[in-house]
Amino acid sequence: MEVLALYNYWVVIFLMMTGFYVVIASGNLVKKIIGINLFQASVFILYISMGKVSGGSAPILREAVQTYSNPLPHVLILTAIVVGVATTALGLALVVRIKEAYGTAEEDDIHRQDESL
Amino acid sequence: MRDNPVLRVVTKITIPIILLFAMYVQFHGDYGPGGGFQAGVIFAAAFILYGLVFGTSAVRQVVSPGILRLLTALGLLLFAGVGILTMLLGSDYLDYNTLGQDPLHGQHLGIFLVELGVGITVAAVMITVFLAFAGRRD
Amino acid sequence: MIELINIVLLGLLVITAIAAIRLHDLFAVTIMFGIYSLLAATVFVVLDAVDVAFTEAAVGVGISTILMLATIGLVGRREKPPAHRPLLPLVVVAVTGAALVYGTFDMPPFAAPDAPVQQHVAPRYLEQSPHEIGIPNVVTAVLASYRGYDTLGELTVIFTAGVGVLALLGFRRRRSLVADSPEEEP
Repeated sequence: MEVLALYNYWVVIFLMMTGFYVVIASGNLVKKIIGINLFQASVFILYISMGKVSGGSAPILREAVQTYSNPLPHVLILTAIVVGVATTALGLALVVRIKEAYGTAEEDDIHRQDESL
Repeated sequence: MRDNPVLRVVTKITIPIILLFAMYVQFHGDYGPGGGFQAGVIFAAAFILYGLVFGTSAVRQVVSPGILRLLTALGLLLFAGVGILTMLLGSDYLDYNTLGQDPLHGQHLGIFLVELGVGITVAAVMITVFLAFAGRRD
Repeated sequence: MIELINIVLLGLLVITAIAAIRLHDLFAVTIMFGIYSLLAATVFVVLDAVDVAFTEAAVGVGISTILMLATIGLVGRREKPPAHRPLLPLVVVAVTGAALVYGTFDMPPFAAPDAPVQQHVAPRYLEQSPHEIGIPNVVTAVLASYRGYDTLGELTVIFTAGVGVLALLGFRRRRSLVADSPEEEP
């Protein structure tokens, strides 16, 4: 049944949606950033599972192997992982500065302080 | 954490092993999994472990912020400089074929230099970010 | 056997993700994120992506978790319980998820060797890389040589993030903390 062969992707989409939910439903800024990272990690799983070839092996050329998995998604996701940690570091630095400026890292309190200015 | 003798001794034993492993991953990225990014992160992990156990001032004594700033820029300069070098040798930007006596040697040398640049910058940036966060409340 | 490993790993990922939603202690959420990254790295190994697994384990479990723990130490560990009912986020998430699942119906089945993504460029890299570049690790060859510009851009992004964190936080905090004081010397 070809629909069952897609259940991998559906589980990964469920993981993406949990990460997305953490981003939009939590008020704490640090938890939002953790949610973004969860979302990113599941997107990586989606891309890498698209590059897998059944019966293939890791794309390191060896004598005894005929088929290899597709190396192109691996390269793209390697870049994406490193860019992800760069944006996480910058985002967390911003959260630290926000906490020092407003005294809180909760979105509602920050909005309240901004509106009462 | 520096009062705990177990942590102190085990850290002092494992940090050289971590650094050696980082250099192995850096230079054997051509023959197995690895390369500049992984090696840079593992190299920084050794310094972060040192900072977690012995404090950020100890890390600052080992590698000063000035050196870190220099290394951050040096890796990127190395990468971009390899491209400029290939342009000066007559072909396109980042065309490694001209770097050696034949294309295969040129590619090997180009990939070696480029991954070295990547490893240096990634390690320096990770240590910098850790020192910035951990030194905030010293 | 591989399918069983896959199912178990994906199940653990789902459990960890749901736990990360439900917990309100940010320390526990960070550790859940570390476990999630480790499980994702294991999934990458099962899917033959060894370089990616290495990077995800080093970067996701190592650097990201350390930075989040440092931030929690500076910002505070408890999350305020949510004040609004989560109806609108749930609706948005359900609609987005349904749209994505609808999109997957056009995709080729998992790990099919004749999928469109396996044609065109990937066989060319795998076949020509021994002759043109000559190193066994095709991912490094593609990353550093065939797609060298992208790696240069990625390195610039890392460099910019380092500069940005230095500009925001600096290396050492000054004792005087008036809100309008000038930027600390990095």
